Amino acid sequence: MIEIRHLTKRFRWIKAVDDISFEVNRGEVLGFLGPNGAGKSTTMKMITGFLSPTAGFITIAGRPLRQDPLAAKRRIGYLPEGAPAWPDMTPESFLGFIAGIRGFSGAERRRRIEATIERVHLGPVRHQPIETLSKGFKRRVGLAQAILHDPEILIMDEPTDGLDPNQKQEVRALIRDMAADKAIILSTHILEEVRPVCTRVAVIARGRLLADESPAAFEARSRLHNAVTLTLARPDPGPVRQALGLLGGVAGVDTLAEDASGCTLRILPQPGQVIAAAVGRLAQEQGWPVAGLFVDRGHLEEAFRVLTTRSDTRGEA
Amino acid sequence: MLRNIRMIFRREMGGYFATPIAYVFLVIFLFLSGIFTFYVGNFFEREQADLYAFFSHHPWLYLFLIPALTMRLWAEERKTGSIELLFTLPLRPVEAVLGKFLAAWCFTALALALTFPLWLMVASLGQPDHGVILASYIGSLFLAGGFLAIGSCLSALTRNQVIAFVLAATVGLGFILSGHAMVLDFFSGWAPTLVVDTIASFSFLTHFEAITKGVIDLADVIYFGSLMAFWLFANVVVLDSRGGD
Ligand SMILES: Nc1ncnc2c1ncn2[C@@H]1O[C@H](COP(=O)(O)OP(=O)(O)O)[C@@H](O)[C@H]1O
Ligand SMILES: [Mg+2]
Repeated sequence: MIEIRHLTKRFRWIKAVDDISFEVNRGEVLGFLGPNGAGKSTTMKMITGFLSPTAGFITIAGRPLRQDPLAAKRRIGYLPEGAPAWPDMTPESFLGFIAGIRGFSGAERRRRIEATIERVHLGPVRHQPIETLSKGFKRRVGLAQAILHDPEILIMDEPTDGLDPNQKQEVRALIRDMAADKAIILSTHILEEVRPVCTRVAVIARGRLLADESPAAFEARSRLHNAVTLTLARPDPGPVRQALGLLGGVAGVDTLAEDASGCTLRILPQPGQVIAAAVGRLAQEQGWPVAGLFVDRGHLEEAFRVLTTRSDTRGEA
Repeated sequence: MLRNIRMIFRREMGGYFATPIAYVFLVIFLFLSGIFTFYVGNFFEREQADLYAFFSHHPWLYLFLIPALTMRLWAEERKTGSIELLFTLPLRPVEAVLGKFLAAWCFTALALALTFPLWLMVASLGQPDHGVILASYIGSLFLAGGFLAIGSCLSALTRNQVIAFVLAATVGLGFILSGHAMVLDFFSGWAPTLVVDTIASFSFLTHFEAITKGVIDLADVIYFGSLMAFWLFANVVVLDSRGGD
């Protein structure tokens, strides 16, 4: 549904987006990750036709965006960063305006407005000026505006930014609900959002695309991916560490905690190795009093740091 | 096309009345109209049953009241980011420009219409030429349209409303002064008549005063019409080329 090729945007001397290419198809939710200033918003503004690219091209539903921007805009629902709206309007009049511009009228228009208000739970504040709403409600007004016409393509710039945990949960559930028949791009810097919501992850830093892969593959970039955390009901981890260190595929052993009643060790695998079974077998053979054994899936934060800092040092070299 | 213009028009109109802008503007407009007519214009001393004292000050009244109205038109959309929403909807810039302009123009027409008690007053004091007064109202509306188109275009250049105001007032002043006796005297001393006439022909004053004499000449209508078309077209070009920033 969305295809971008060699997309570049330059603001005077800054290259905000630098030769990015990717595709998003129906049924996919692409999580767009990157530190602040990475170029996420700029990319989204180009896809939605607000900014024009310095170079490269964008195809929406098989047609070049530049050829027919209005047709593309009809297919897209967009929640800009910070969910801007006209503060003097009420959610109801605002959605009425959007529905009008989206070409709905009469009963269909009323039905869409009602359904959307229902869907994002705007009922209690529907007649209140938007400027008086809390951040959570303002964000919902922005979401409502983006999904009112049930678009095939949904682009959301930091949809959960500034929401409380319950509200975040709600928005994620909403996105998952809609994901099946849409192509969705959402940007976030909250990595925990990726696992429950996204089917793919694109990492961008300093305008460059560093990774475009499944959340699992992304997690696997973490040093902690497949690391084994072993808790033993005995003090003195010395000999255990020694035995583990000799095991094939083990890169290192850290002592995470240690006291009179027991100790916790983290065994890091060499890249690509799976060591949980071997660690378990060794513990059995040696008769260690195992109180807990836990395999890490990897930390997104860690994977993200590994990826983005590596590129930083390369960039400065 | 028309439908989108109507949607924008309605939103803008709603915006005027949802905020104190409408009421403040209307009250100040009426108050200043009164001041200009009775104190500056010496309405009673002239002892004539006409509204010359009222209309002759309109260019100066509009010079700073209209930029106050137009400064927010686009600068505010840029500032709050709602311009991003507007231009990612299936909407052409020209539709947004016309919708906003027409709303501002209708709003000014409302302010002008609310001065009708003056008309009633001169009618009760003597036998005014109603044709002249009607023509003057129409001329004043054209004049306001010219100021509005200028202000709207210049507002699209910046996200700062103060800058938008100053730009609009300055350009507006240029359009007034190019027909002012002071400026024309300065040129007529040495410049060829053709040059003086050309400068004068660009002026709001020349065309506005012609209409307030009671004759709506096609040339004056074309002047204001093309002036508005030019500035609104420039407005669309500015939005197209500057986009987000
Ligand atoms: N309108 C603009 N003019 C100049 N520079 C800009 C503009 N918009 C964004 N930038 C710059 O481009 C870079 C990318 O910004 P942005 O896309 O907003 O990043 P992100 O959304 O990932 O935080 C930043 O360095 C930012 O300062
Ligand atoms: Mg951003």
